[in-house]
Amino acid sequence: MLEQQLFNALSLGSVYALFALGFTLVFGVLGVVNLSHGAVFMVGAYTALQAVTRLNVPLAGALLVAFLASGLLGLLIDVLVLRPLRARNAPHLIPMIATIGLAIAINSLAQGLFGAENLRFPAEVLPQQTLTFAGLHVTVLELGIILLSFALMAVLLLVLRGTQLGRALRAIAESPKAAALLGVNVGGLFMLTSFVAAGLGGVAGVLIGLYSNALFPLMGQPILHKGIAVIILGGMGDIRGAMLAGLFLGFAEVLSVAYIGSTMRDAVGFGLLFAVLLLRPKGLFGSTNERKV
Amino acid sequence: MLELQSVSRHFGGLKVLQDVSFAVPAGGIFGLIGPNGAGKTTVVNLITGLLPPTSGDILFNGASLVGRKPHRITAGGVARTFQNIRVFKEMTLLENVIVGMHARLDYGPAGLLLRLPGFRAAERAARDRARELLSWVRLDHKADDIADNLSYGEQRKLELARALATEPKLLLLDEPVAGMNSAEKTELMAEIRNIQSRGYTIFMIEHDMRFVMGLCEHIAVLNFGRIIAQGGPDQVRNDPQVIEAYLGRDDEAEVAA
Amino acid sequence: MEAFESFWAVYSNLVLTLGTNSLLALSIYLTLSCGMLAMANAAFMGIGAYSAALLTMNAGVSFPLALAGGMAAPAVVALLIGGPTLRLSGVYLAMATLAFGEVVRIFIINTEAWTGGALGVNGIPPLTAWWHVALGLVLACLVLALLRRSKVGRAFEAIKLDETAAGLMGIDVNAYKMLAFVLGAMLAGLAGALNAHLTFFIGPNEYGFDRGVEILTMTILGGINGLMGPISGAVILTLLPELLRGLADFRNVFNGLILVLIVLFLPRGLWDPARLRGWLGRRS
Repeated sequence: MLEQQLFNALSLGSVYALFALGFTLVFGVLGVVNLSHGAVFMVGAYTALQAVTRLNVPLAGALLVAFLASGLLGLLIDVLVLRPLRARNAPHLIPMIATIGLAIAINSLAQGLFGAENLRFPAEVLPQQTLTFAGLHVTVLELGIILLSFALMAVLLLVLRGTQLGRALRAIAESPKAAALLGVNVGGLFMLTSFVAAGLGGVAGVLIGLYSNALFPLMGQPILHKGIAVIILGGMGDIRGAMLAGLFLGFAEVLSVAYIGSTMRDAVGFGLLFAVLLLRPKGLFGSTNERKV
Repeated sequence: MLELQSVSRHFGGLKVLQDVSFAVPAGGIFGLIGPNGAGKTTVVNLITGLLPPTSGDILFNGASLVGRKPHRITAGGVARTFQNIRVFKEMTLLENVIVGMHARLDYGPAGLLLRLPGFRAAERAARDRARELLSWVRLDHKADDIADNLSYGEQRKLELARALATEPKLLLLDEPVAGMNSAEKTELMAEIRNIQSRGYTIFMIEHDMRFVMGLCEHIAVLNFGRIIAQGGPDQVRNDPQVIEAYLGRDDEAEVAA
Repeated sequence: MEAFESFWAVYSNLVLTLGTNSLLALSIYLTLSCGMLAMANAAFMGIGAYSAALLTMNAGVSFPLALAGGMAAPAVVALLIGGPTLRLSGVYLAMATLAFGEVVRIFIINTEAWTGGALGVNGIPPLTAWWHVALGLVLACLVLALLRRSKVGRAFEAIKLDETAAGLMGIDVNAYKMLAFVLGAMLAGLAGALNAHLTFFIGPNEYGFDRGVEILTMTILGGINGLMGPISGAVILTLLPELLRGLADFRNVFNGLILVLIVLFLPRGLWDPARLRGWLGRRS
């Protein structure tokens, strides 16, 4: 019984991790809590759905489309809203509030355009097979979600740790001013980060849409709240912490559904978050990574 | 009045202060000097309760300050100014000084909400006293200006007035003349002497030797977290360890002839 | 007189909602004036609403007592979570209080026996009269104005500007933050209790993230430079949906965009005495 839930938990957890990753990237590099990440997530899912149903794009292609569409949205948000606020040296809470407004606008726009009902990916598009090994069943869909999420996370980690670009990003995360003095194109990298983070969020949206087989305009909100819990649990700004915490939350939720009951599922994340904030504000895995003023 | 007994402060593996002991007598001007990075501001942060000592004790008029919250230490009679000026920028000068009187304003919620005579009298007295303190530092003509509009030197004087508003017995000045020119330093020197003559005890930390030598009656020298000399200005000036500590540092710290 | 009566028949709810929204905006203003962004006020509103409704419906308590209960319950909760929570600062505080709001919402959903769970509480007696709201608002404004011009108001402002320096000037920072938090909770609870007896029905989803954002938007829109700021923001954002009724779902798009535009272009909010004075040609 428990082992069967393993793949379930892994899929959910890896998508949470993927979502949290984008969220953490923006927080770590841009220093902004971007509460429109949930809206971007939703946009990815809906774009993929439209691509599949209207343009007959295969699933893999739809994932790419989602990445690009969400990424573009994230880029626009940076250029139109976050950049002017940076220029003004606004205190941290201000960009956060602005992104709340954006989230509301984008979510409501989707609702106005597509209605509030649940939409689904057409059944023909979803891989139907189930594999069996070691006595456990896993659907190709779950496997695909797990592999894709991990692959994307691995690529991101590789870039951050092993390339010049990654070093530049980490420098900016430490101190944008110092990085600029060292010749790093801080503004350009902010845009790139916003693009990639949003793109990953969009992909996560498609994956959750496939996992739960339900798309609705506010689908980003519960995920956003969990994303907040995840990045705090993982230590704010800590990429690996975010990934681990995302997986942890996925497991915690699936286990609580299995053993406690599904209604408390959402409370698990928040209960954990609240407890962690009170007892260990740096997160389960984090160190004092905060940018000192 | 103030006594540090074998105070140490470690931070991870870093020993910021080691076995620091000195005594500040009441009524005088005491200086703690030392090169940059010696640990002077840490001493002030320990005294005012922003950091706990790793070991040792800090006694104020015989009672230990260790473990007390900053606002209680201030209410007990220890006030400070800051190395990086921390005036309340969006308030007026008058308001800045009145905030200093917070702990001395004795009315409760009833007086406040019902605007009882006790409340009114206390507020009026606070206003008057604030103006008086501003006049001591010659800023009373700007009482209603916003603090952010003041010049650097004026903001330092405002901090002084605000610290005095807490009715301290001991006034801690953290690098009071940092960033000032000679004229401003001389003016501040005179004002500090004025304040001391009104009965306050002053403890200042500085790395400007000339300024300290001109003002302080007792001096302790801190280097790399340890006290290396204590005594009157002449004694300290001629101490070989002190001379060595300051040799090769920036010009202004060179021992004044 | 007739014209007024027919106006009132149609718009009384709206006018009274203007009042309760103003109370809510003032409750967030209170914590903001102390430098804290605490997003728990929607949850406190919910706690107040449920407490008052359950008191009048199940315990037959008189309305004024129920209102008092609606203020006391959130105050107690605020006292309980305030200690550890208010140690956090800035973004962490905002997120912790957001998370707390969600915890309350889920708690309500899962305690069906008392709270009716996801279905909410129906048939609350319509006890709120215009003068209840007016009185509440006037008293709140009075208390806040009195606090502002006293050592309490100065302490809040000092904490907002520089918490460490404030502590070193003799202000018990933790105690004052708690005071702002608890008072804010009471105001939000009062608004919730009044609102519950105005709308006959309350449900857990009304007091979640969306409501919290709505309250925040009102306060930011109006600005926190004085009591009129949050109130004007509340008035505008309460009336706007009525004016925008025709837009249906797209109404919220407008709300969201307003928030973004205000943050970008009018950061001090609409009610900014300094800027207004500038426009009127007088120097401050």
